[in-house]
Amino acid sequence: MSPVTAEPHPKNNRKFNKKMRLVMKEQDKGKKKGSLLKIKVEHFNFFYDTTRALKDIEMQIYANTVVGIIGPSGCGKSTFLRCFNRMNDIIRNVRYQGEIYIDDRNIFDKSVDVVDLRRNVGMVFQKSNPFPKSIFENVAYGLKINGVRDKDFITQKVEKSLKDAVIWDEVKDRLHKSAFALSGGQQQRLCIARALAIEPEVLLLDEPASALDPIATSKIEELIHELKKKYTIIIVTHNMQQAARVSDYTAFIMLGELIEYEETNKIFTNPSKKITEDYVTGRFG
Amino acid sequence: MERHLDDELQKLKSNLLKMATLTEEGIHNSIESLKNQDSDLAESVIQDDQKIDALELTIEEHAIELLALFQPMASDLRFITTGMRINTELERIADLNVNICQRVKELSSYPLLKPLVEIPQLADVAKEMVREAIDAFVRRDKETATKVILTDKQANELRNKAMEQLMNDYLIKDGSTAPRAIPLFLIARDLERICDHAASISEDVIYMVQAKMIRHHRERLLAIESIDSEE
Repeated sequence: MSPVTAEPHPKNNRKFNKKMRLVMKEQDKGKKKGSLLKIKVEHFNFFYDTTRALKDIEMQIYANTVVGIIGPSGCGKSTFLRCFNRMNDIIRNVRYQGEIYIDDRNIFDKSVDVVDLRRNVGMVFQKSNPFPKSIFENVAYGLKINGVRDKDFITQKVEKSLKDAVIWDEVKDRLHKSAFALSGGQQQRLCIARALAIEPEVLLLDEPASALDPIATSKIEELIHELKKKYTIIIVTHNMQQAARVSDYTAFIMLGELIEYEETNKIFTNPSKKITEDYVTGRFG
Repeated sequence: MERHLDDELQKLKSNLLKMATLTEEGIHNSIESLKNQDSDLAESVIQDDQKIDALELTIEEHAIELLALFQPMASDLRFITTGMRINTELERIADLNVNICQRVKELSSYPLLKPLVEIPQLADVAKEMVREAIDAFVRRDKETATKVILTDKQANELRNKAMEQLMNDYLIKDGSTAPRAIPLFLIARDLERICDHAASISEDVIYMVQAKMIRHHRERLLAIESIDSEE
């Protein structure tokens, strides 16, 4: 299969635009987001030893949008997600080719401090992983290791992060109790609050709701919807309905190739490629 | 890979075809009842409407169940939502058949005002449009759907011609013809509405096949067609 160059913005989708310019001028005006380009991935390849796990990926992500990454197990979606904050660096014998720019800066540039990058690109994992500390300390931890000493500032920041993660009302009376006393859904929102405390600009979510019940899942999804006002969010999910609900754009990856990257509405109602259609309609995967 | 959903979609399609067959029969019988002034046949169309109403509910409930249980995507989603719309259109066509048959019953106590020319022509156009719209749905055929949409203009012309004649030759000249002319006037209107529903079904088929909404904007159909032929 030849590498696919995908471009989410209707502006660059020539065929779509050619027809729509003629017939849907008014609707087109509404569709153009005009947002700021936040992340640009160019000819990106990733290798585990000699295995090419990601193949010549190109995509652009706009600020304050949610991008859902879907694809069958083992297709490379989590590997791709972990590239945005170079989490794969901690694995031995891995290699990158190509570039990922965040705010026009190549994250693989030698001048980039990986700790700074990860501060700017927060991550929440499938399984909630609170520290064996109090709720307060979990959120304050990132600030403290970054040298913040002002107690009032830390208290304000913890409250704000917990509020942004929509968990404040549930924990405000027990901030100094162990984080392990929280339910799975609350622990996951606590981890999101912990990621928000250090004010990242990009948030990576790796299956953030896959271990949660439907109510907790719905809270996380509502939270993502709220968070995109301030952050650019990339979410990997196995749950296609979830991708359809929360994301503005959806990327379908298959065997390390970006097969299709489009507005979510298009991917789930009228995908351009048959293989995407077969995947989203459950004919394989 | 055969999916559970495929079986369910097949059931939905079978029921829609059953509904389409009943509706087509209804058009045929309502026109026959008019031509032959057969009130019994007209009455049977009116009675059969209950079957169509019941089937409409069955199809709608099934489609809602599929949306809720399978959360379909892409072509599956378009098939089900299109099926729901076609179901409604067919039920409305059946209601128009009932209207026509009620007018036929009103007319049965009088001799026909004039030999029927435009109305049977319009009825043939309506029958053909509905049949072709359903064929387009079954075969996922956008060309046939487009043809049906373009035929709607011919239906409008026939209706206008029939109405103008009734108005100018009878209603204006001699008001006493009203009890015989007005039912024919209404039948022409109802037949043209059946054509409109057939065109709507075809618009839905185009959405199902190409995911392009042309409803209320048929000029888009022409634009898309011309670009497709260029490519």
